[in-house]
Amino acid sequence: MSMRRFLLTCALVLFAALVAANPAAADPVDDILTGFASSKYDEIEKAIEGLAASGDASAPAILDALNAGTLQVAGDKKLYIKGDDGSLKAARSGANATGEMPPGLKPVKVNNRVRRAIEAAMGQLTLLSPDPAKRLNAAASLFHAPDPAQLPAVESAIAKESDPAVKRAFEEARAAVLLAAPDAPEADKIAAVAVIALRGDEDAKSLLDAAAASGTPAVAEAANAALKGIERSLAMWSVAQNVYYGLSLGSVLLLAAIGLAITFGVMGVINMAHGEMVMLGAYTTYVVQQAVMAAAPGLTDLALLIAVPAAFLVSGAAGIAIERSIIRFLYGRPLETLLATFGLSLVLQQAMRSIFGPTNLQVDNPSWMSGSMQLGGLAITYNRFWIILFSIAIFALLTLVLRKTALGLQMRAVTQNRRMAASMGIRTGWVDSLTFGLGSGVAGIAGVALSQIDNVSPNLGQSYIIDSFMVVVFGGVGNLWGTLVGALSLGVANKLLEPVAGAVLGKIVVLVLLVLFIQRRPRGLFPVKGRAVES
Amino acid sequence: MGKTKLALLAALSTGLAASLGAASASAEDTIKVGILHSLSGTMAISETTLKDVMLMLIDEQNKKGGLLGKKLEAVVVDPASNWPLFAEKAKQLLEVDKVAATFGCWTSVSRKSVLPVFEHDNGILFYPVQYEGEESSRNVFYTGAAPNQQAIPAVDYLMNEEGVKRWVLEGTDYVYPRTTNKILEAYLKLKGVPPEDIMVNYTPFGFSDWQTEVGNIKKFGSAGKKTAVVSTVNGDANVPFYKELGNQGVKATDIPVVAFSVGEEELAGLDTKPLVGHLAAWNYFMSVDAPENKAFIDEWHKFTKNDKRTTNDPMEAHYIGFNMWVKAVEKAGTTDPDAVIDAMIGVSVPNLTGGYSAMMPNHHITKPVLIGEIQADGQLDTVWQTSGLVAGDEWSDYLDGSKDLISDWRKPMSCGNFNVKTGKCGGETVATQ
Repeated sequence: MSMRRFLLTCALVLFAALVAANPAAADPVDDILTGFASSKYDEIEKAIEGLAASGDASAPAILDALNAGTLQVAGDKKLYIKGDDGSLKAARSGANATGEMPPGLKPVKVNNRVRRAIEAAMGQLTLLSPDPAKRLNAAASLFHAPDPAQLPAVESAIAKESDPAVKRAFEEARAAVLLAAPDAPEADKIAAVAVIALRGDEDAKSLLDAAAASGTPAVAEAANAALKGIERSLAMWSVAQNVYYGLSLGSVLLLAAIGLAITFGVMGVINMAHGEMVMLGAYTTYVVQQAVMAAAPGLTDLALLIAVPAAFLVSGAAGIAIERSIIRFLYGRPLETLLATFGLSLVLQQAMRSIFGPTNLQVDNPSWMSGSMQLGGLAITYNRFWIILFSIAIFALLTLVLRKTALGLQMRAVTQNRRMAASMGIRTGWVDSLTFGLGSGVAGIAGVALSQIDNVSPNLGQSYIIDSFMVVVFGGVGNLWGTLVGALSLGVANKLLEPVAGAVLGKIVVLVLLVLFIQRRPRGLFPVKGRAVES
Repeated sequence: MGKTKLALLAALSTGLAASLGAASASAEDTIKVGILHSLSGTMAISETTLKDVMLMLIDEQNKKGGLLGKKLEAVVVDPASNWPLFAEKAKQLLEVDKVAATFGCWTSVSRKSVLPVFEHDNGILFYPVQYEGEESSRNVFYTGAAPNQQAIPAVDYLMNEEGVKRWVLEGTDYVYPRTTNKILEAYLKLKGVPPEDIMVNYTPFGFSDWQTEVGNIKKFGSAGKKTAVVSTVNGDANVPFYKELGNQGVKATDIPVVAFSVGEEELAGLDTKPLVGHLAAWNYFMSVDAPENKAFIDEWHKFTKNDKRTTNDPMEAHYIGFNMWVKAVEKAGTTDPDAVIDAMIGVSVPNLTGGYSAMMPNHHITKPVLIGEIQADGQLDTVWQTSGLVAGDEWSDYLDGSKDLISDWRKPMSCGNFNVKTGKCGGETVATQ
């Protein structure tokens, strides 16, 4: 290392001497860098390519800054990099800029074409980076934009690589480059087809499609044979992917409906304001997140966890208040309950609109809920994945409460035979309130999850109320397991139909099937049996 | 008990009398301006802002001394995102309040619902939102973009600057996306794009589960040709759509999404860091560097007492429309609808992007077209714009039913759908497709 640095220094000294000998010639890299001062994207793109080709030591930092939007150009075309704390550094030398701000400082303009050029340039520059993650990125960007001129660079990178995963990525990149190179030997190309076929994903398919269309007969034959296998496995993965999408949609439905399964399913109250309990939960999430951001910015990623109990309490309290002030006067009168709670839902929506304004509020995804992972051929987004787990946890918890606690026992007793329960000494009014509060609180928790995938606006609840009723009625009123199976099967059915029939028609077909099903089995999938139900 | 009731009644009736008296007194020396925007229901998210901007413009005009020596008076009604109610409220504005002009509507269906009312009662409506075209009424002034002022230039940009070869037309299932996509499909085919490189997909209003759609876009985009998404997805469905795009890793450098219904307001509810580089096509961005725009934003922040409020394209359309109406009334010297409608054509006022917009004989206006990229701070930064102004073309040149039609409300033609082939006026204001 020190030997290399010594040589580099020697070269630099020599270079400096040369430059000094000919003072008229400006440094070529500085010359390239003036391109960034242009307002034309063409020139900026040219400057990026020139900078990457020059191999200057400052290039990666400058390109990184350009990508992040922190590269600034002053009126005299000098480049600076702005730090997070607002400090300025000269881009080329890395020296801190002292004294006054250079006049006319503004960020270098970037658009998609420029970003693509940066990505390609970074791919060249970081092939030999000491950080394996950067090398992996470099391999991926070379794979997506194969440039035959890079072949020697990749081959030397493969020779030096010790990390097996990165090595594999480099080999794939090399194969992509070989397929893109018009003058590569046929045998190499056929070997490249084999390497790419192992990937087995959409990217491999599109590369092989191109090879099959443009290659020599032997290459095309190899590509076509590989394509057949890839297409078969892709078709299988696509079914699995749709089932996963369905489970994910089902888990959202389950979350939205599970509170209703208690208020409507167990208590028999047609609560049209259920969606607004969900909305209250989402707004609570917003408030909690804002508070945490203001008080302890380091804990922002955990704000969501704090929001769960907070949303339960807020929506639960709202639910108890509604039950005490309105619903308890309307037991046994479903039509009036429906109208009163519908009116209440409008009141709550407008109240939120007046307090927080009509526009959407921004609830950030914490870092552990952003992005996606690749599991075989499945693309699994983290936010959906966590929501599936979360909904199952909520379901399990609620089942436990209903089965194993005194409150759960009393709830079931009151709903099955109110007078008998009362004569056993259960305070039925109190149990009614708590049951309604529990259902509403669970709806609030659903709001926390929904704030991660949907708008946080006053209309949030409205879009889920119909689906929630659908799930509860389909699954069988008064049965939590029915709600679980109902939600998941509706979700999967919807998502399996969607690629075939489209989102609009798919939803209509599901609704029609549901109506037919309810005609056959009016009590849903898992009807509750017994005399209490018959009466 | 009886006494309090009586007192209450008395108080109520005096209050009522007072307000009635005030109304009749003010009716004589004010000019009434109707504001027909939903303040509740699903569309309140977009339309409430437009009500506020109208109040601000009227307030400013009154500070300048009003119009024709009279004060302007805003009459605000709430059609509650309910399409039939729009027609009812419009009737109330025209027949009961007798407003001189109305500024309102957002969705095309609400405009279609009030159209017969404005034509029957000979009112004036300013419609501020980009729309699908295929309409020209004598009583409506369209200050939003027609498809040739938004959709077509956006497609041209993607084709020329990004080299896009494959197209996904993704829309919400209603009249604006369907008509726009029909026009775009015809245009793309004219430009030599083969049908297998165009994918059209629709989703319901308020759609929130975009997994399959985004998955399909990724699949469609991996065919080796540069792919872009043209999105006419409306309103609330946009936030989950963009969240899913971000999470599934659809980057703007791979598959850019250009949207026609996403502005600063919609982006306010989103973390835009994963979306940097996706595009929007409008005629105005809040980030436009022009002195008129800066003054407008300052005024807006002062009026709303909130310096975080964003401005957007339909607000600029109302700004232009209101100033045009003021100028036309001054020109005509009266608020009589017939005189004002005639005086409107040719009126030219400053827009907020540093130029002038003029009212054309087809009741559409001239505007620049801007393409902006989403920035990490939720603003849109102009990356391209038309060199000059583009005049709104109400009857698309790319659809069979409408390419022979023109609209010219100047006398003696005075026709909304003159057929240049047959030389006849269709008589109706709306094309029957």
